Amino acid sequence: METTDIGLWGVPLAILGGAIRVSTPFIFVSLGEAITERSGRINLGLEGILVFGAMTAYAVAYLTNSPWLGVLAAMATGAAFGLFHGWICKFPKVNDIAIGIALMLFGSGLAFFFGKPFIQPSAPDLPAIPLGWWSSIPQVQAALSVNVLFILGAALAVLLWWAFRNTRAGLILRVVGDSSDAARAMGLNPDTVRLLATAVGGAFAAVGGAYLSLYYPGSWNEGISSGQGLMAVALVIFARWNPLGCFAAALLFGGAGALGPALQSVGVTQGYYLFYAAPYILTLLIMIATSSPGRTLAGAPGELSITK
Amino acid sequence: MTDIASRPAPGFQSPALSAALEWLARRAEGVVIPLAALVVGMALFSVFIALIGKSPTQLYELMWRGGFGSWFSIQNTLSRAAPLLLAALCVALPARLGLVVIGGEGAIVLGGVAAAAVAVPLAGAPSFVGIALMGIAAMLAGGLWIGAVGALRHYRAVNETISSLLMAYIAIALMNHLVEGPLRDPASLNKPSTHTIDPAFVVGPIPGMDVHWGLVVGIVACVAAWVLIEKTRWGFAARIAGGNVRAAQVQGLAVGPLIVGFCALAGGFAGLAGMIEVSAVQGNANGSLAAGYGYTGILVAFLARQNPLAIIPVAILLGGIDASGGLLQRRMDLPDATVQVLQGMIFLVILVSDTLYGRFKAFNPDLWKRSA
Repeated sequence: METTDIGLWGVPLAILGGAIRVSTPFIFVSLGEAITERSGRINLGLEGILVFGAMTAYAVAYLTNSPWLGVLAAMATGAAFGLFHGWICKFPKVNDIAIGIALMLFGSGLAFFFGKPFIQPSAPDLPAIPLGWWSSIPQVQAALSVNVLFILGAALAVLLWWAFRNTRAGLILRVVGDSSDAARAMGLNPDTVRLLATAVGGAFAAVGGAYLSLYYPGSWNEGISSGQGLMAVALVIFARWNPLGCFAAALLFGGAGALGPALQSVGVTQGYYLFYAAPYILTLLIMIATSSPGRTLAGAPGELSITK
Repeated sequence: MTDIASRPAPGFQSPALSAALEWLARRAEGVVIPLAALVVGMALFSVFIALIGKSPTQLYELMWRGGFGSWFSIQNTLSRAAPLLLAALCVALPARLGLVVIGGEGAIVLGGVAAAAVAVPLAGAPSFVGIALMGIAAMLAGGLWIGAVGALRHYRAVNETISSLLMAYIAIALMNHLVEGPLRDPASLNKPSTHTIDPAFVVGPIPGMDVHWGLVVGIVACVAAWVLIEKTRWGFAARIAGGNVRAAQVQGLAVGPLIVGFCALAGGFAGLAGMIEVSAVQGNANGSLAAGYGYTGILVAFLARQNPLAIIPVAILLGGIDASGGLLQRRMDLPDATVQVLQGMIFLVILVSDTLYGRFKAFNPDLWKRSA
């Protein structure tokens, strides 16, 4: 492929392409967390679930030679971790935030433990769809080579947005999240709903992990996640528990994450590590800007411990 | 301590015995439940090890030998416990105010970088001055970092758990930037690091041991933190605010400065851990500063139920488990993450055991009161 020199236009293009590439794990983790948080519980352990999902997906894809089986296996482990979190949090006096921290350490520890043999071999990648076929510029083609999971994630965001408003399950989820008492009065068991919501959230987070190990960066190692699971939790708050907002925020975060590599690709190497910190700084600034003392956040589920 | 649980409730006995039992029961719950949780966590880990086809007995035997079995391994354990003591304080102090701060790693890393940066222009100064200024710089850097987390929490209602972890990632990026850029020693080729500190600024070993003075610093810090919380009016105010912020405000307590101050002190301790790593272990600031002490410190603090005095034995225990990691890898061909899995399991069981408090009658002091 010949390289066309497109000069500084490469930067926004690389950021766009990077945003699409980097944002996919954020989309899945944040949609999963949105479901969990809407039910009134918070799972900070998604970071651990993401890492374990990345390892499982990579190992299964390598052993079966099918990346999609890898994604399914990751979903199963993510759901299992989610069920575990939901089950523990059912006990009185157990703090869901602390359990999340423990799960974060436990999930990554377990992933490193079992993932050791899979650091070297290479597993098949997930397929990408070349949406940039119309352009003859290789940079454009590279930027618009979109992974199937990104498209699935976008569809999922719309589906959830619709389902939260218009389905029975969505209503049940919101009632349980807003008031345990109201839910009990309706004959619902809040613990069961939260258990299922956490399981689904875990499964989605694991898909985010599968994307990391099977597409971008596309290999399994112990540094695969750099806090995406955790940033996604902050992102959900920023997105006000709205799936469409989650999708948009994920794109924004992806763009921030792509800033460093994009600048590096045009030869800016000064302060590379500072650009690398851009997503964290952005997350923090957004949290500062959107939080406020003295009042609860608009749209926050009433039972959520983190906004109380 | 468990045998008092099985004894029948006494109705007639001497006042002294009754008072002693009451005193014991009041404290026993906070000791027995975490210890039992520790045992259960280790038992679950045995099952895990057996399931993957290794011998749990061999594992615990090696763990004992690697952590506590010989004078050599005890010294190794104590050296590893030193940063854990300080890192755990970074969790335990804010916890008394009801804050879950988990980003101590960031304060450790920045404390180390600040200490190394200060050491360069000070080269040639008397040893005492150099070490003191390095320590102050490290405490300031760590204190500012975690103090900011506390300020964001109180004045902007930003969740401290998430913000502290984000700040830890930012701190590590900042360290990489400084160590590979402005502060880099050009002579460090393979592993970018800052200039090696003046040998006079090295914190040496405690006489008669191969353990550096950092251990003493850590223990003194834990005792000081305990005195601060239990015996001073600031600690009293912090405990009230941790119990109920509204009540504290009604009482006219300055909750904001209290939160920021406790967080800053907590970060200062973690920063000191970074300074000790630089001065006693590494000799300069480099990527090894982010060795995960901050995260193990979270577990230490929770296991110690956020009590600074209890942190001392727990840190030594976990330092020992940490120290045996290499032996487990060599002898049993287990991955280096084995220790992390064990820690994760213990952590989960400890948190689940929170549900047991107040469920056992034997721990109720009233039961042991003399029915007069």
